[in-house]
Amino acid sequence: MTLVSFSPPGERPDSEVGRGAPTSVRLLPKPSIPGQRILGPVLVILLWYVASAQQWVSPAKLPGPAAVLTAFNETIATGVLANDLLMSLQRAALGLGIGVSLGFVLAVIAGLSRFGDSVIDGNVQVKRAIPNLALIPLFIIWLGIGETMKIMVIALGVMVPIYINTHAALRSIDRRYVELGQTVALTRKRFVRDIVIPASLPGFFTGLRLGVTGAWTALVVVETINATSGIGYMISQARTYGQTELVLLGLIIYGVLGFSSDAAVRIIERRVLSWRQSLEQ
Amino acid sequence: MASVARAVVKGLTRREVAVRARGLVRRFHGNTVLHGVNLEIHKGEFVALLGKSGSGKSTILRALAGLDEGVDGTGTIAVPSRRSVLFQDSRLLPWKKVIDNVTLGLDDPDARAGALRALEEVELQHRTDAWPKTLSGGEQQRVALARSLVRRPELILADEPFSALDALTRIRMQRLLLDLCSRHQPAVLFVTHDVEESLRLADRVLIITDGIVSYDEKTEDVRASPTRFEAYRTEILEHLGVPQRQH
Ligand SMILES: Nc1ncnc2c1ncn2[C@@H]1O[C@H](COP(=O)(O)OP(=O)(O)OP(=O)(O)O)[C@@H](O)[C@H]1O
Ligand SMILES: [Mg+2]
Repeated sequence: MTLVSFSPPGERPDSEVGRGAPTSVRLLPKPSIPGQRILGPVLVILLWYVASAQQWVSPAKLPGPAAVLTAFNETIATGVLANDLLMSLQRAALGLGIGVSLGFVLAVIAGLSRFGDSVIDGNVQVKRAIPNLALIPLFIIWLGIGETMKIMVIALGVMVPIYINTHAALRSIDRRYVELGQTVALTRKRFVRDIVIPASLPGFFTGLRLGVTGAWTALVVVETINATSGIGYMISQARTYGQTELVLLGLIIYGVLGFSSDAAVRIIERRVLSWRQSLEQ
Repeated sequence: MASVARAVVKGLTRREVAVRARGLVRRFHGNTVLHGVNLEIHKGEFVALLGKSGSGKSTILRALAGLDEGVDGTGTIAVPSRRSVLFQDSRLLPWKKVIDNVTLGLDDPDARAGALRALEEVELQHRTDAWPKTLSGGEQQRVALARSLVRRPELILADEPFSALDALTRIRMQRLLLDLCSRHQPAVLFVTHDVEESLRLADRVLIITDGIVSYDEKTEDVRASPTRFEAYRTEILEHLGVPQRQH
């Protein structure tokens, strides 16, 4: 109300026009509306639908959504899709699980002891420099072309980003928190539980999101190279027989899987890190 | 000078000693910051530590808190094992609710009950389950105070705990601290830049200059009369190298 008394006589202060005091410049994007992220993909599907209905592209190159939907129903009816999907999910989940645990445990060990750091960190940094997919030939020689090889390729791809980000977070723990731990005489176990792990979780989740993406990428590669089941196998079979709609279906499934797993990680992250106030409120 | 003042204040000399530091020397990269600090604090005594910026106040405090591992130096230190530190920042763990910050590191089954009582003492019982980041600066510092109290410390080491607070919150916190100290009777070493704060809170004021304790006065009587307060204020400021105008 001080605003009123400061305004020149005869002039209405701004605050009486709007809903109170004038708001300052908005520096952050507006808060997101629910489902906002779906909007873009929906637009693309719409465009796709129009393009194929109008015959802008040849159906052999790009079948319409309807054709893909038919293919979807058929593969469901024959049980082919369920089987392939299950195989893919299983590989991804196993690889992800192993990679996440390995990356996290190694990061904590390396982050907490000088010995661990000297043994682990250098090796992971070297591993990081070798593209994961370049290791496939070696893995095939060692492990054959079976499931173990596929899962290990995925796991290694996941491990690296988990390790790097968790380790970085651990290494940058605020010294002040360590001092606090000393002044309240935390035991080492409690120190790890109450300070080290919570402080490293933001980094861990950054790594997890990269790791999940990495898991799908690795999955596509191992399934396309050498597989007798899985979505990647379905796609390469379809390509051989010129079934473009099946290729598209496989790609869409990959997309949906990637998108929803990322969304799931975001939800978990927001829950676990609810103490943080960030842009994504 | 110090010994004369001590003899005057009856009874206190006979009180048990809570903190004793002898010949404290501390160096950073060959630069000697403490040149042999001697320091004694009695049980229940509230001592303010003043000194210019960079004079080594935090260095003394960190030595007493056992937070200067690896720092080059000599001397002997005897402090109670039940001690707690109040930092300039509240140093709450952002990922722990207020109550869990207060009980941090405590094992005993009634730690929670004690924490609730401590939060009540700092008038924050309604924010027990809040995240620290949602509290104001003053509220955060009160949680830090509760975290100290719940440990029933025999020694509180405070390094400018209120200097980041606004004037009003600061006065409230000072009252609260005095009140809590009179009830729990810990020995307190309180580092501050603020001469008036030191006079308002402490029984005794120390000044550190050139790495030694250069001033040590009982100032308990200041609260009785404004003229005493003013006299001490002038004396201390002059000792700190801030010349006072003659009236
Ligand atoms: N970890 C350190 N490494 C190097 N020098 C240090 C370190 N800690 C303190 N010093 C030096 O020791 C001197 C005393 O520092 P200290 O923090 O004790 O001062 P202070 O009296 O608390 O100052 P202020 O009032 O500004 O907090 C300063 O010159 C400082 O630069
Ligand atoms: Mg200091």
